[in-house]
Amino acid sequence: MPSRGSASPSAKKGPAWPRIFLHAAVILLCFVWLVPSLGLLVSSFRPKNLIAISGWWEAFASPIKFTLDNYSYVLSRGHMGLSFTNSLIIAVPSTVMPILVAAYAAYAFAWMRFPLKEGIFLAIVALLVVPLQMTLIPVLRLFNALGLTGSFAGIWLAHTGYGLPFAIYLLRNFMQDLPGSLLESAFLDGASHPQIFFKLILPISVPAIASLAIFQFMWVWNDLLIALIYLGGTAAVAPMTVTMSNMVNSYGGGWEYLTAAAFISMALPMLVFFTLQKYFVRGILAGSVKG
Amino acid sequence: MGADPLPMLAIAVVGVPLVLGGYIYLSERLLGRGARKANSATRAAFWLAPALVLLLVFLVYPIVTTIVLSFKDATSASWAGLSNYGYVFTDRNMLVVLRNNLLWLVFFTLVTLTLGLLIALLADRVKYEAVAKSLIFLPMAISFVAAGIIWKFMYDFQPGGAKQVGTLNALITTVAPGFKPVAWLFDTSTNNAALIVVGIWMWTGFAMVILSAGLKGIPVELLEAARIDGASELQVLSRVTLPLLGPTLIVVATTLIIDVLKIFDVVYVMTNGNLGTEVVANRMYKEMFNYHNYGRASAMAVLLLVVIAPVMILNVRRFRQGGSNA
Repeated sequence: MPSRGSASPSAKKGPAWPRIFLHAAVILLCFVWLVPSLGLLVSSFRPKNLIAISGWWEAFASPIKFTLDNYSYVLSRGHMGLSFTNSLIIAVPSTVMPILVAAYAAYAFAWMRFPLKEGIFLAIVALLVVPLQMTLIPVLRLFNALGLTGSFAGIWLAHTGYGLPFAIYLLRNFMQDLPGSLLESAFLDGASHPQIFFKLILPISVPAIASLAIFQFMWVWNDLLIALIYLGGTAAVAPMTVTMSNMVNSYGGGWEYLTAAAFISMALPMLVFFTLQKYFVRGILAGSVKG
Repeated sequence: MGADPLPMLAIAVVGVPLVLGGYIYLSERLLGRGARKANSATRAAFWLAPALVLLLVFLVYPIVTTIVLSFKDATSASWAGLSNYGYVFTDRNMLVVLRNNLLWLVFFTLVTLTLGLLIALLADRVKYEAVAKSLIFLPMAISFVAAGIIWKFMYDFQPGGAKQVGTLNALITTVAPGFKPVAWLFDTSTNNAALIVVGIWMWTGFAMVILSAGLKGIPVELLEAARIDGASELQVLSRVTLPLLGPTLIVVATTLIIDVLKIFDVVYVMTNGNLGTEVVANRMYKEMFNYHNYGRASAMAVLLLVVIAPVMILNVRRFRQGGSNA
């Protein structure tokens, strides 16, 4: 895996790039990347009447007025409060379930011998990049037949299935690189496979599991398509992505509400990003085979 | 399902792991003590079963079914031959859709890759690299829906002489007072580009992080040697850095391509595919839910699969050759 962490001194000694241009370019790029989010954040705290008549960059000029009204409106009347809970209800099991199921399979692929092992694993590698669009219609029909459409259970199962190929792939690669002597000595001590798995392998695999968990959680949290299709339009079960896209249609240019809603949905991912950046980046790096 | 979801949540988060744990211990019991050391295939089957069942139900069976459905009519009642594919490749609206996917494919991939490389190279040379990279990478953490709202606000357009509160139009009218504000998302000459920019804004951080990791992997001595031999910085880049970065560039490019082919959310939120901005995934969604034509929708999904298939084969091959990781 890449991401060896801290900056190597690779090019620091590299000769005279005009330093000023270098700094100007980097700072300009950062600024350009930040401005859109900044505009959103500032606007979400501005009163409706001001948003319509002045730009967000003027917020700190003459009539300085900030408010939390947009947030309270969106959270209550705009259903974003309920949707935040729904997003959590959807994302947590959709993260826990695939990881557990995948860990069993990964353990078998890494440490057991069985016929067709190579073939089955290659099939899973192939499944990594299958567009989910290929599955939507049959699974939706299946869910309709079983009454799972519009239910949390249905979307948990779907995300579990969809998350498995990558989870198995990642965990199998990690577990396979563990030293074999570790397992052998445990076997000699009379431990069974389940004991070895739960007491030895799973704890050692925490770094890989953490990256995977963050990757999967963020994926589910930010997903729109799967929620849109399997949950239908029901507001009672809609996660934030679905509620927001409905708001875009119904409020049109109601920027005070849209900006607040968007920021609510971004709060948790940004918190995860800033606190667990290392694992998040690692998961993304490993995920570059998936897409 | 208006029912209280909390009991179900408890089942999913606590109950499922407990059941799975119990399941594996029980399977060990069934295998009997004698089998402890033997790496029996039966045991492997127990460990694999939950994953394989889910993979079959949610991926393998649907993939096969979708392929079959793509040869049937709107309601899957009778066979339709290749007519769905004929529609996909000849209908006038579909041609616009395919063109848009091509625009996304080319411009999103090239610009994201170039910008990611540029930023990785530049950031490598400053002390505040970590901060700069965090800022660029941040959009990766948020949803396309939120990004869509962020950028709809950037692109906001007020007709007539009204005050422009959208950042971009305000900037244009201030910097060049003669310029008229642009209805970025409505003007058919700008709207596709406007959408692609949002994708680039989100994914450049991804390209940058991976390429940056690749850069750090290039031995400093190699670069130094080239410089001592009198190579200019540009020559070092084109003759040493880029060739060594080749495999990484390919990995990033393939990932971007796989993702861009399936692009859906941005278009759904920002224009809903109107005014000539529709892409395959959005069209497929409409075929499913607005027109209830499952044959055509399936054919569109198969199209995506076929385009992605080379990457699939490449991945499998790369894996077979013993590479364990990307």
